[in-house]
Amino acid sequence: MSPLMKRPNALVTRHLSLGYEGKPVITHLDLGIPAERITALVGPNGCGKSTLLRGLGRLLKPTAGTVYLDGAAIAQLSTGAIAKLLGILPQSPVAPEGLTVRDLVAMGRYPYQRWWQQWSNQDERMTQGALLMTRLQKLAERPVDTLSGGQRQRAWIAMILAQDTQILLLDEPTTFLDLAHQVEVLELLWELNRDQGRTVVMVLHDLNQACRYADHIVMLREGVVFAQGEPTEVMTEEIVQQVFDLECRIVADPVAGTPMCIPLSFHARRVRTE
Amino acid sequence: MKSWQYLQFWQLPLSWRKPHGRLSQVMLFLTLLTLVVTIAALTYGDYPVSWLDVVKSLLMLPTVDPESPWVVHTLRLPRVLLGWLVGIALGVSGTILQGLTRNSLADPGIVGVNAGAGLAAVSLIILFPNAQLALPLAAFGGGLGVAVLLYLLAGTQGNSPLRLILTGVALSAITSAFTTLLLTFGRINQVTQALVWLVGSVSGKSWEHVWPLLPWIVVLIPLAMLRSRSLNALQLGSDVARGLGSRVERERSGLLLMSVALASAAVATAGTIGFVGLISPHVGRRLVSSDHESLIPVAALIGGLLVICSDLIGRSVFSPTEIPCGIMTAVLGAPYFLFLLHWSQKK
Repeated sequence: MSPLMKRPNALVTRHLSLGYEGKPVITHLDLGIPAERITALVGPNGCGKSTLLRGLGRLLKPTAGTVYLDGAAIAQLSTGAIAKLLGILPQSPVAPEGLTVRDLVAMGRYPYQRWWQQWSNQDERMTQGALLMTRLQKLAERPVDTLSGGQRQRAWIAMILAQDTQILLLDEPTTFLDLAHQVEVLELLWELNRDQGRTVVMVLHDLNQACRYADHIVMLREGVVFAQGEPTEVMTEEIVQQVFDLECRIVADPVAGTPMCIPLSFHARRVRTE
Repeated sequence: MKSWQYLQFWQLPLSWRKPHGRLSQVMLFLTLLTLVVTIAALTYGDYPVSWLDVVKSLLMLPTVDPESPWVVHTLRLPRVLLGWLVGIALGVSGTILQGLTRNSLADPGIVGVNAGAGLAAVSLIILFPNAQLALPLAAFGGGLGVAVLLYLLAGTQGNSPLRLILTGVALSAITSAFTTLLLTFGRINQVTQALVWLVGSVSGKSWEHVWPLLPWIVVLIPLAMLRSRSLNALQLGSDVARGLGSRVERERSGLLLMSVALASAAVATAGTIGFVGLISPHVGRRLVSSDHESLIPVAALIGGLLVICSDLIGRSVFSPTEIPCGIMTAVLGAPYFLFLLHWSQKK
């Protein structure tokens, strides 16, 4: 057992079953998400990783079982109370036309507002802080729909940062971004975890990025946790073969030293250097 | 620079976010424009009254022509005021509906809420001619019925703007067909009464028509403004809204009720005046932003302005023949709708 598993869990599932309209996606899942660490949910398309994330973030009601947030059953908590503990960013959200970055980020303060106190000093501070952390101060008055993909994603992350939650859940935060912007977003999440001790759970497609940035990897296959643990434990040629049906070699990432998966190919041209 | 405001009333601290930077200028401009158009509307008419007399009568000062105050206060002011209130109701109703459905083509007229309210009201006029007092309630019931059907048939996810519009148009057509059926079988007096009402007009309205509408506006507009942040959250999509802690279903039904109530109150008072709910939030978004804290008051003023202008134009261009303002808003609004539809298809 890795030392990681001894940490307290931020989120725990017990016999959790999730599905859409009678179609079960995940059945009887027991899982712990370590606190103050970055966890990546990976797996082939349709394995239920997004469904699991939606279940963890109470966007999807379980058909059976329970999700515990800091030891309390999530179904017993009010949705407003959860919003102060856990922020969730769904996959590729769409901002309404003309909404400025500042207005979007300010929406992160929604769970703290009452009708008689719609804005406070703290709200203002957190909004400014979120803009600063995501380096968006200069773009604050720009409409979100006029930004580039990477900036837009940063604006959405700034919104859940303004929400000021210990736990951040993100569904494929790097989709539709070019490589530079992917790295930018992942670096930001890494800083948030290392500097502020936030628990980050994200669905990722790219295994090598998952290995580089996550402390804990959960590999799903057909709604079942196939393997979980530190990247070095989970990323083996056998496991990748079984989960993704892909033959590969695992080498050390030349930059980060983390495992890196190189798919085998029968067609790619081998470049010989004389 | 502080971008929020704080007030202390006894122990209750009131604070709110200072909305979009241009809001105060835009509001001031729209208010002044409304005042100018109101004075123009009060000046124009069969009996000649100078604009100076209009202003004097409004301020209760002695006028040059002793008849002026009576003409202004009894004949013209209720009509203008009623048009203004109807415009406000329709503008805010459309703004809420567009935010709720995340669809900038939604409008209580286009999706059939007005037609539903119209059918219920015409049924009441023709079948129960003695129950005129229940007109607003009947209209509200009819509008709500269509809104609920629309909600069930097209959903509110806004992933397909055209689906919502087409379902609404179909519902609108069915409802209008029933209205026509009623008009065919009704007694001639009541049919005439219903027809005049259906076209959507503020002509011949007096203070007794203004009072029943006022409480709806006074209650629902501030309520809508208090819920504007909720509407902002819903506008980001139901998953994001839920993640932010919004009780999505509850908020959505509450806001839908508000929108339908406002549109129905307007229809019950002045008949079906279309397109105001479509245009107001659109122009509003250009002037401020899609943040509903700024958008709702701006769209309200634009809606009011639109109806007063339409009525004034309808009254003056083919004088002495009056064109009902419902027709004027359609003449102005339909091309705008087509333009938007074309533009949204291109995107």
